[in-house]
Amino acid sequence: MQPFVLSRPKTLAEAAELASARPQDSALRAGGIDLIDRMKEGLEAPARLVELRWLGEADREVMRALGPEGDGVQVGALVTLAQLAAHEGFGEAHAALREAAGSAATPTIRNAATLGGNLLQRPRCWYFRHADLVCLKGGSACLAVSGENKFHAILGGGPSFIVHPSTLACALTALDARVEIRGASPRTLPLAELFVTPKQDAKREHALQPGEVLVRAILPKPGPEQRSGYAAVKEKQSHDWPLAEAAVKMSLQSGVMTDVRVALGHVAPIPWRSREAEAVLEGKPPSEALFAAAAKAALAEAKPLRDNAYKIPLAQGLLREVLHRVAGVPLPE
Amino acid sequence: MSDRAGITRRGLFRGIGTAGLLAGCKPSERPPTTTDDPGGAAGPGAGEAALGPGPAPLAFTLNGEAKTVEVAPHVTLLAALREQLRVTGTKVVCDRGACGACTVLIDGVARNSCMTLAHDVAGAAVTTVEGLASGGKLSVLQQAFIRHDALQCGFCTSGMLMSCQGLLERSRGQKLAREDVEAAIAGNLCRCGTYPNVVAAVLDAAGGSA
Repeated sequence: MQPFVLSRPKTLAEAAELASARPQDSALRAGGIDLIDRMKEGLEAPARLVELRWLGEADREVMRALGPEGDGVQVGALVTLAQLAAHEGFGEAHAALREAAGSAATPTIRNAATLGGNLLQRPRCWYFRHADLVCLKGGSACLAVSGENKFHAILGGGPSFIVHPSTLACALTALDARVEIRGASPRTLPLAELFVTPKQDAKREHALQPGEVLVRAILPKPGPEQRSGYAAVKEKQSHDWPLAEAAVKMSLQSGVMTDVRVALGHVAPIPWRSREAEAVLEGKPPSEALFAAAAKAALAEAKPLRDNAYKIPLAQGLLREVLHRVAGVPLPE
Repeated sequence: MSDRAGITRRGLFRGIGTAGLLAGCKPSERPPTTTDDPGGAAGPGAGEAALGPGPAPLAFTLNGEAKTVEVAPHVTLLAALREQLRVTGTKVVCDRGACGACTVLIDGVARNSCMTLAHDVAGAAVTTVEGLASGGKLSVLQQAFIRHDALQCGFCTSGMLMSCQGLLERSRGQKLAREDVEAAIAGNLCRCGTYPNVVAAVLDAAGGSA
């Protein structure tokens, strides 16, 4: 790593000012897991890291909050994945977030990595991560199109075929989360609006401007009898990036599913909400046949590259598994 | 024979390193070892506004002993431990948080020291594998590792021990299951495949069935 100045501002306003004064040269740091990785790989060499963990009491409080907020739940951006995975206040309604947090990375990484960092990390594409290569993120062509693309996008791809790396984003998409941004134009927006599709701008994955800070995620008031779940398939059980993820949320009352949300992860450049699958499920009683139809609908538009067609049946099977578990319908066989 | 035994690989490297250092520069005075140094000691919320890019004072507790070092902000905790403090039990393997060999406890929590900046531990208590034994006697966990043959080449062992120590500390008084240990070491790679013996050792050390 190149030497840098480590700034420890006391307020978010100071942090925002430091980070936006020389945006190409500064980086905000929370847990720092992805940032330090990129710096060690030589992808970035910021002259100044602006620490968010040393903020004064007032700002730290909101960024470390974990618990009820009105009728919903708030999760501060500095809450670690380990804290999320161990949080008992989530219950069945928000189980997807707990399960996702406990599934990411390793126990030691989860003790440092934060919600904010997980949502805003850069892609894991091996072309992007190679310091000697210039991919679409810095140049003019996505090298995955004609290269090795086993782990790349099957939905929503083009011109970039990265998959979004955030495991929490998959669960938070299913849970209808909103995120609060502070900076020049403070706002709270639906999670989907935080992410940028490659068609909008292939150089970036999120919409934050220099000096803007994601301070917390907010989960809305759970619906009646709300339940949720998350699962991933990986090549290794531990410390591996998912091949595919699925998260589901629904209210199950009088044998009927309502307010259904279906999200897939590691299949598209953004956390992928499947309105097609939701439409199949909404207002219907859960059943094996319906879940199979929903999974088929979720992947109907998939366009695999040379090496990743396997992701289609994989994601379908995974989504069915999560639907069965969340709805309490025994798996076939 | 006893002379030969007195030469160690690390001792030899250290000798070369010191000789090289003395040839090039004059040893400077170390800053006083005190915890009320203005640069550190205080936890988050009371640090300096900006550190670096050159060396800046850092005070923390290492294996129960107060330490003050001058370290640049871009130096990882792992590098500071091994190269500045010469506490080399913690190993460098992947240097990207992917293998767990560099695991240490920071305020009792298992962390990858390679992905932690040295200045992150200002005012904190760091425990490395050197901190497990006391009074020249190996800890219960270390003895269990030996009894159960829980290591082969040994390169993952110092990190593996720290993940397991973290588990023992946070589960004190509770009965551990095999799955608890497997979950705790899920970030520690062992290419010799000693996992079953590590699990048996930890269950034994925790007083459960091995």
